[in-house]
Amino acid sequence: MGDVSELFPLIVRMDEDGELVGDLGLVTKQDLVDVYREMRLLRAFDERAWNLQRQGVIGTYAPFKGQEAAQLGATKPLDDSDWLVPTYRDWAAGYVRGVPVTHGLFFSKGHPRVGDVPKSANVLPAQVVIGAQTLHGVGVAWAAKLKHERTATVVTFGDGSTSQGDFHEAMNFASVFSVPLIFFCENNQWAISVPIERQMRAKTIAQRALAYDMEGYRVDGNDYVAVYNLIAELAGRVRNGEGPFLVEAVTYRLGAHTTADDPSKYRVEAEEERWARRDPISRIEKFLLRESLIDEEQIQAVDVAAKAWVEEVLADFKAELSISSSVLFQSVYAEMPQSLANQFDQYMKRVKEVGA
Amino acid sequence: MALTATEAGTRKLSTAKAMVEGIAQEMERDPSIFVMGEDVGAYGGIFSSTTGLLERFGKDRVIDTPISETAFLGLATGAATEGMRPIVELMFVDFFGVAMDQIYNHMAKIHFESGGNVKVPLVLMTAVGGGYSDGAQHSQCLWGTFAHLPGMKVVVPSNPADAKGLMIAAIRDDNPVIYMFHKGVMGLPWMAKNPRAIGTVPEGDYQVPIGSASVVRAGKDVTIVTLSLSVHHCLDVAEELAQEGISCEVIDLRSLVPLDRRTVLESVGKTGRMVVVDEDYQSFGLSGELAAIVAETDPGMLRRPLARVAVPDVPIPYSRPLEQAVLPTHSRIAAAIRKTVA
Repeated sequence: MGDVSELFPLIVRMDEDGELVGDLGLVTKQDLVDVYREMRLLRAFDERAWNLQRQGVIGTYAPFKGQEAAQLGATKPLDDSDWLVPTYRDWAAGYVRGVPVTHGLFFSKGHPRVGDVPKSANVLPAQVVIGAQTLHGVGVAWAAKLKHERTATVVTFGDGSTSQGDFHEAMNFASVFSVPLIFFCENNQWAISVPIERQMRAKTIAQRALAYDMEGYRVDGNDYVAVYNLIAELAGRVRNGEGPFLVEAVTYRLGAHTTADDPSKYRVEAEEERWARRDPISRIEKFLLRESLIDEEQIQAVDVAAKAWVEEVLADFKAELSISSSVLFQSVYAEMPQSLANQFDQYMKRVKEVGA
Repeated sequence: MALTATEAGTRKLSTAKAMVEGIAQEMERDPSIFVMGEDVGAYGGIFSSTTGLLERFGKDRVIDTPISETAFLGLATGAATEGMRPIVELMFVDFFGVAMDQIYNHMAKIHFESGGNVKVPLVLMTAVGGGYSDGAQHSQCLWGTFAHLPGMKVVVPSNPADAKGLMIAAIRDDNPVIYMFHKGVMGLPWMAKNPRAIGTVPEGDYQVPIGSASVVRAGKDVTIVTLSLSVHHCLDVAEELAQEGISCEVIDLRSLVPLDRRTVLESVGKTGRMVVVDEDYQSFGLSGELAAIVAETDPGMLRRPLARVAVPDVPIPYSRPLEQAVLPTHSRIAAAIRKTVA
């Protein structure tokens, strides 16, 4: 057997210099202007969230900086009736589906609002346990199949997840039952401190598809145009009953794993700089400038707009921060059992007596 | 080089460093010991439980694994049956769910299933506990769950000296030992400051016997039975209540399996009052077990109804105020004690 990774060449349409090495496909130039702006806004939000944690305003936060093209490319082509099953780092993907970006902040505060995903978004609450959501994604897709709905489900996960049994069991089950699902791996190269080459011996994640007789694709995850076109095609095929598929989006976690992490302990600056040059936003910016679709003045205007937008988001967030402690007991079961109701009474009595 | 008694008696370490010292000393002594887990290498353990071990012992003995708990716990069990003495870190105890079959059906039962012929000398060390806003899947204690299942020993150190002593004892034990360290006692710079997370640690070959509780404060009015981070809270409360004339005896259980029933019963026999402070869930756990032990020994032993300060039967909330509402906090513990001695 030869090197099977050769069966999964990296799909690129726009390179890191913003040069088209393929065509734009289904993406229009105006789409790129809009997406550029949207990514800039989301990047500004992400960087602000990091600072908010440092200021003690929010708890632990997992930044998505660097993964915007993968997340937007995986979700923009979807229909309203399609589904997204995300992880804790997918706030940009959720935002595309209609989940308020404030959920990223509420999540890091442990605010119950984060469970309040708009029904129309068709997005499950973000999963923290590594890889567990791959099975949930299979379940969502399987339900759609049983209900004869023509929908595609996208389940997102990181490179580290592919070492979990859950991932392999999800791949097998999805394959055996031909569920309408896209496994979308954001391979950002690092699982906290463990690099991908210590995670697996295989050269690509995409080739994992072979073992499950599934089609696998490897795409430049920092190339919005490539990711969008691939997902648009696969989502269409999934809705026609041709799924499931595995997509490996090759990207990079430009920031830390979370606000509790310090990557300088385990990775070198040269690597970070190399990937910074492949930034998903800067390549679109270069393209738009070259094509005279934007100018420096408009770029600065986006800066201003991004700052203003983040302030609006923060105002929405801060306006809804208060929490009633009764939620502690109310949402454990559909109806509160008597034993828990007794504990609730004791708790309320204690709060009255000693204030805690 | 021999240290003078004074030097040996005053050297202070954080709990994390004491654990590492215990592991490193044993690794020097016994080449069959290796450390395996997620981010235990260059990172040094996300709660600093393995800091410096990679530099000292190299990547063949300090092994970063793929994110695959079932795989590395199963592997460690296999290696232990073949004469190795693995120390595996389960990053958060909350992650046991993906690997529980390997833990309670294999690691814990192979000795029994083999008629005692196959030993599994393995330490599963794992971070437990909340109080720093890490949510329902990263903040649990769950020691009651492990202690409920036969075949494993369970130890829960609360301070640096016990952390070292129990680590060495666990490594030398021929059974699988679940070693549960609370993040709040490790002495980590990014956690709430806890002065008791740094303390005197004996040098050299220091062991704390598994199955032996410690009376960390003597008293006569009420027995506080507790463990892990809650020990620190209870000692603070006991100090405060002493000003009100309430004399608390505080017991740090240190081990759950085997459980030092004698120390508990002797103390409760003396005080006639018991408050259990347990950061695990309230129902079907440690607090109920302690109540049962007292009741089945002598139902007349308690002069007042016992009190339980535990996490109510709800998932641990991520939100700071909500989390503080369910954890055994200073004010909750103090209120329970006052009520019990009233």
